[in-house]
Amino acid sequence: MSLPSNLFYTKDHEWAKIEGDQVTMGITDYAQAALGDITFIDLPKIGAQVKQAQWCATVESVKAASDVYAPLSGEVLKANVALAEHPELVNKSAYEQGWFAVLKISDQLEKNKLMNAQNYAEYLKTLTK
Amino acid sequence: MQLIFEKSRPGRLGFSLPQLDVLPAVCLPEKYCRQTAAQLPEVSELDVVRHFSNLSRLNFSVDTNFYPLGSCTMKYNPKFTEKVAALSGFSDLHPLLPQLWGGGMLAQGSLEVLYNMERLLSEITGMAAFTLQPLAGAHGELTGVMLIAAYHKANGEKRKHIIIPDSSHGTNPASAAIAGYTVVVIPTDSEGALDMALYKKALNSETAAVMLTCPDTLGLFNPKIKEIADLAHGVGALMYYDGANLNAIMGKCRPGDLGFDVVHLNLHKTFATPHGGGGPGAGPVGVSEKLVDFLPISRVIRRPDGTFALDYHKRKSIGYIAPFYGNFGVILKAYAYILALGKSGLMEASENAVLSANYCLARLKDHYVVGYDRICMHECVLSAARQLEHGVHALDIAKYLIDQGFHPPTIYFPMIVKEALMIEPTETENKETLDAFIEAMICAAQLSESDPDALHRAPSQMPIKRLDETKAARQLDLRWISKK
Repeated sequence: MSLPSNLFYTKDHEWAKIEGDQVTMGITDYAQAALGDITFIDLPKIGAQVKQAQWCATVESVKAASDVYAPLSGEVLKANVALAEHPELVNKSAYEQGWFAVLKISDQLEKNKLMNAQNYAEYLKTLTK
Repeated sequence: MQLIFEKSRPGRLGFSLPQLDVLPAVCLPEKYCRQTAAQLPEVSELDVVRHFSNLSRLNFSVDTNFYPLGSCTMKYNPKFTEKVAALSGFSDLHPLLPQLWGGGMLAQGSLEVLYNMERLLSEITGMAAFTLQPLAGAHGELTGVMLIAAYHKANGEKRKHIIIPDSSHGTNPASAAIAGYTVVVIPTDSEGALDMALYKKALNSETAAVMLTCPDTLGLFNPKIKEIADLAHGVGALMYYDGANLNAIMGKCRPGDLGFDVVHLNLHKTFATPHGGGGPGAGPVGVSEKLVDFLPISRVIRRPDGTFALDYHKRKSIGYIAPFYGNFGVILKAYAYILALGKSGLMEASENAVLSANYCLARLKDHYVVGYDRICMHECVLSAARQLEHGVHALDIAKYLIDQGFHPPTIYFPMIVKEALMIEPTETENKETLDAFIEAMICAAQLSESDPDALHRAPSQMPIKRLDETKAARQLDLRWISKK
């Protein structure tokens, strides 16, 4: 299971790549493996204001439909339209081609609530018991 | 397998019309007329009969095979109830009759059935009154949450959220959200019950209700149910009972006595009426005393002279939620079922449902990981986690069971159990059937180690082999188009 060290992670299995005042987000490798083959993604709407730990997108797989929560609060600048035609990109490349959206960060301090790769790895161990 | 359209040959007919011996009808205006011929299959009568007879032979139902679909209570639907529902005094009645002047007197028998059924369900669940109108379980849930909202509104309160455990049926949060509430999800603790510490933290004066399934979707009875209800009532919240699992407790305990204020039942589960394709469902809703005034109209009343009528004059009612008085035929079949079984029969049904589930659990727990190793109620939840180590998923086991002549259990629900397989055998199956199913489950567990690909390939005996479910969901192909 891949866990890039330059990313931040949430308990609900989203990743966040913070670059200046922008953050790119998606779901983790663990999340895509647990969901199984993804069939549909309802992406965040451009211009929408999302709040940390609140709903921003929905993922449907052959097993279930699941909510995706925003890792940080902010305005949605970009959404990955390629996922509409090719939701399998999230299964194949959760951290690169399978990104969901780019947000303009409204509160840099919220970053402190996220986990780094090492903490997230520890957290995953508690789940697989 | 061919579609009937693919069997079509130009000019082949299944009818012959006599010579037209009257003047042709006045034609519709040009703009309403079809410009191209309808693309109907051209087949003989025998082609049609054979096509549909052969399709019907592929049907899979409780009448043909064991159907342990967890949370759905796929018990046998006794045929005498169909006979009762077909009696012309019931089936030929016009549904508008009781609303017409004097018409109610021509429908006394049916109104009496409704009136008595409300009393029977009130007795079974310990509630003050029932409406039989909701047309399905989820419709009953929405009606129930609307009643909760009406109650708080009448008390001048604006409550914002509804508390729901993470093991709940998906319809619970959906009903709460559609009725305008936010949903607060409470995780399950290591015993498989609602986490009490987190529950207490979430509960406050903004809580409109707590929605619970009891026994819960893990098939476990929560011993703290009374405490949960008392805490909710302490902050003025109401208790909602999802009746999906009532089949475990009939005659043993009553939701009303446990402190629930609203109850929805699924007549097509607990009370043995057909599911889905076998006929519509029904989701009656029962309420405690404080909610009676809000029930939907119309209400069935008994006049002082002993006759029955529909009453539309209920000022505080939430109003209309369904046409006429619900799915009357379904209510009638469930009424016949309850009267035939009686109190002792219903209790025995629950006892045997619980016994069957525990028998399956006891014989399978050495072969599968058990979600929570406790005595279960009417269903048990296993996990294919051990099989997953060999690359076999719950889905593969489900497909294998189809080959063995069994409907698969519910899979991937409840979502808090990894690779869940949820088995609800019901009380109507005999031991031989349960044993045959258990043997097939054990076989699947053994195959997962010796020949996992045999499970990946399943089903191989069916007219349609393993489907690519991912491709089917990603590239919807819903319409047949002629290649011509």
